[in-house]
Amino acid sequence: MSPQPRIHPHPAYSIGLNLSLGHSINRRDALRLGLFSTAGMLCSSNLLAESTAPPPEPAPAIPTPPRAAKAKSVIQIFLWGGMSHIDTWDPKPDAGYDYMGDFRTAIPTNVDGIQLGELFPNLAKQADKYALIRSMTHRNNGHETAAYLMQTAHAPGERLAYPSVGAVFAHFKSPGYKGLIPPYVVLTQPQGRFCEEGFLGPKMKPFATGSDPNATRFEVEGIVSRGISDTRQVARRELLRKMDTLGAAMAASPQLAAAEEAKQQAYELILGQGRDVFDLTKEKPDLRDRYGRHTFGQDCLAARRLVEAGVPYIVINYPGGWDTHSNHFPTMRRQCPQLDQGLAMLLQDLQDHGLLDTTIVWCCGEFGRGPKVDWQPPWNGGRNHYGNVFTALVAGGGFQGGHVVGSSDKRAEEVQDRPVYPVDLLGSIYALSGIDPNARLPHPMGSEAHVLPAAAEGAKSGGLLTEIMG
Amino acid sequence: MNIACLISLLAAMAAFNAAAQTDATAEPASSVFENPLPPAPVVPIDRLVAANLVPLGIQPLLCTDAVFVRRVYLDVIGTLPSAQEARNFILDADAANKRRVLIDRLLERDEFADLWALRWGDVLRIKAEFPVNLWPNAAQAYHRWLRSAIAANMPYDQFTRELLTSSGSNFRVGPVNFYRAIQNRKPDGLATAVALTFMGTRTETWPAERLAGMAVFFSQLGYKPTSEWKEEHVFWDPLGTSTTPGNTVPGRAEITPGTPPPRSPAPEAAREPVASHPQFATFPDGQKIELAPDRDPRQVFAEWLTRPNNPWFARNLANRLWAWLVGRGVIHEPDDIRPDNPPSNPALLAYLEQELVASHYDLKHLYRLILNSQTYQFSSVPHFPSPAAAANFASYPLRRLDAEVLIDAINKITGASDLYTSAIPEPFTYIPENQPAIALPDGSITSPFLALFGRSARATGMLNERDNKPVPAQWLHLLNSSSIQRKLEQSAKLKTILDPSHPPATIIEELYLTILSRFPSPAEVQTIEAYGPQKPSKPAPAAKPGQAAKPPAPVGVKRREDWQDIAWALLNSSEFLYLH
Repeated sequence: MSPQPRIHPHPAYSIGLNLSLGHSINRRDALRLGLFSTAGMLCSSNLLAESTAPPPEPAPAIPTPPRAAKAKSVIQIFLWGGMSHIDTWDPKPDAGYDYMGDFRTAIPTNVDGIQLGELFPNLAKQADKYALIRSMTHRNNGHETAAYLMQTAHAPGERLAYPSVGAVFAHFKSPGYKGLIPPYVVLTQPQGRFCEEGFLGPKMKPFATGSDPNATRFEVEGIVSRGISDTRQVARRELLRKMDTLGAAMAASPQLAAAEEAKQQAYELILGQGRDVFDLTKEKPDLRDRYGRHTFGQDCLAARRLVEAGVPYIVINYPGGWDTHSNHFPTMRRQCPQLDQGLAMLLQDLQDHGLLDTTIVWCCGEFGRGPKVDWQPPWNGGRNHYGNVFTALVAGGGFQGGHVVGSSDKRAEEVQDRPVYPVDLLGSIYALSGIDPNARLPHPMGSEAHVLPAAAEGAKSGGLLTEIMG
Repeated sequence: MNIACLISLLAAMAAFNAAAQTDATAEPASSVFENPLPPAPVVPIDRLVAANLVPLGIQPLLCTDAVFVRRVYLDVIGTLPSAQEARNFILDADAANKRRVLIDRLLERDEFADLWALRWGDVLRIKAEFPVNLWPNAAQAYHRWLRSAIAANMPYDQFTRELLTSSGSNFRVGPVNFYRAIQNRKPDGLATAVALTFMGTRTETWPAERLAGMAVFFSQLGYKPTSEWKEEHVFWDPLGTSTTPGNTVPGRAEITPGTPPPRSPAPEAAREPVASHPQFATFPDGQKIELAPDRDPRQVFAEWLTRPNNPWFARNLANRLWAWLVGRGVIHEPDDIRPDNPPSNPALLAYLEQELVASHYDLKHLYRLILNSQTYQFSSVPHFPSPAAAANFASYPLRRLDAEVLIDAINKITGASDLYTSAIPEPFTYIPENQPAIALPDGSITSPFLALFGRSARATGMLNERDNKPVPAQWLHLLNSSSIQRKLEQSAKLKTILDPSHPPATIIEELYLTILSRFPSPAEVQTIEAYGPQKPSKPAPAAKPGQAAKPPAPVGVKRREDWQDIAWALLNSSEFLYLH
């Protein structure tokens, strides 16, 4: 672990730093300081809980990157429903049948000391490229509330509906983004009401492609339409132009000019270069095979192409999800090999294209699953929601591979070492991407809202993932 | 966007504009939209507006009947006129009276109450969940009260008093939800919402002591739960009883099973609170009063607010209604009334206020005054593109149809319907099929279309929460989504219109009346006749872009998909998408 801070002190931090800790820094500032210093773990605990000094109101946070960003794009693979950690990336071969169920062996990887569950032979060959956080925790077992936590790092049930991490990226990255494709893309279906734009408004909504990239033609909703040939597209665009009588009468209208500009951008996607990004037939068949000829594999390939096109934030919502209350082991046998194939190939392919250093890939569910198998009816060998401890995988964009952060206990039931909370994971992703976690988000009523919550809002922190941030 | 991209875009737009102008053929396109004869002002509104326009050298023109029928339907009932309604109005020979008669008819339609409950629903923040958390049952009760008040043309002062002073259950007494649909329920938060809603002002622009003085009126409000899940009583609570833990509305022993209810509120806790000593509140005009211990201070405030000479009350409403109908407030933005944001035409605003007060707050009187004025009926073709012209209502401003109105119009044309759902699994949010979006009672009941096209989030009650600015994703949806394409392809209603046994001229006329609420011009008929395969009866693969421009083209037999393209083009025209 190298010394911090890695970020220019914000004016507010400087004020705080000139005062002695524990007296004049309120909890909000404490967390912010914590996020940017090695003292993070100390600051964010109870040390400052009694501090009552009035908050020195921070100067308006500046949304400019406080340091050179390593990561240019982020691919989030959301294993919604909650993937079991003990069967996959945190195996406990000694925990016995009631915990391990069908999958009793762990396999070695290309990094000494790191083992994976037996269904991940491909990822085992790539362990030098990613880090596993085996001490993720938030102790929340509801899908929506846990998903909200993992997507925003804010506590669910507050009065404000915070934007998801993708919408925050869209907000901060849009000004400098020149691409044709919207800055926040979801492959393929949007997932849940808490994964969206919150109070940032419809412009920060994700663009969800719909359709299936593994189909003969990836019919991206609104971009590639079924049954309408290019000839017909061109003909009817021309017809529309001729029939737009009001547009002709009001050529000087600034409203119509703005609408026309947006329409041009849409046509750049429909008929121009934009849609080519989604045309997976432009890839070699052999490469497509290696990603796997299934929806998830081709999602990963589409994600790599979106990264090449400069899209800042891409979410793959895992097709079908991982909510395996019952029929757990057969589902794992079916889905894990696809996850293994697609994700391992994505990491390899990003590296082959020289994109891994500038692309963060993070992969986890909203929680894990109960490490003790529920053998009783109606589960009959299932696993239920489990937020006490689970595993996240992070790679690229400044995260160092070949490491394990934290650990769970011998039965993967509780954090044993180095808890990592949602605020730590998202804070690290923001930091590597040059987004100031203290930056203020625009709220329609002018309410005080920041990218990450302050300690006063009850958000627990174990500190940034400095041990794997290169 | 980088410079190169911008330049190429500008070039493309210039080419587009040039092409559009040359395509406008023989007659000026504007003749479809405006009468060439300048009107002479008749009613007071028009004289007051003219008083500001004449010095600017502006002589506005009136819109045609075809523009008017569409505009007034969409503005007053949020609903597209049917082809027959549009045809009847345009052909009606009673030029002197027909606009007035139509206005009177529309003000009595059911959709009038739907649309205006939608507009007020944004202001009053009717939403089951996030961030105001009314809960579905309460949102429905709130909306039911609102819609009935609008349908009955409840005088606006009474409307305001009911919202400000009601007490009772959120499930049974709709207007109490006014105080629940506020994120910050502390007295200053309540005062802020009251000021925004009924005074049209933002308290952030106030001196702090003014807000503090007004907040006192709302410091005795209590909320307490009942035995019913999510039911809550809102009431005058001078003794602060609702702050006593476990104190619920009578009729239920306890809230949480196992928690013994206190037999009576602890004396200390109940006696100490807010009203135990004289309290002073200050009206926003600076007048200070001592609150009587036996009177709900909300009533005292409402009495002050609804006095005829209150400087904010009538002004806020007159300005809001003007802005909703004419597209821009006399004070702009309409919910930002403050001394350094003066009205563009003070005499006009004063006149509207007077009329409102003199009619005993009869809202429909104000609707009639505004809608029958020439100013409302000005053409939207901007001959004078200066900020001063816009601020003085020289033309009717273009506005994209609101999300709900737009999807209703698309569904009306195609006979389709959308699915509206709420994320909250409650039986109160069952939505019947074919329910128009303007009649949705609850902001949590939604669809991807409504979200994409910027419906209000109903978080703050500010008008700018509704976002009608164009973004490319909206165009992707309109131009090329499977949803719109499916509506066009599967529409039984369009199929009837496009019946190949009808002569093309009939089909074109019916399409125009259905989608744009007007008859097509000869140039437009020509453009359409030239679209599609050109050889009679023989299906060609597709039209080539250059081909359509050659006049006069022999009339070919159009395939169904050619007609669908024509309907598609009308649906994507700015004339359809914009109020004009």
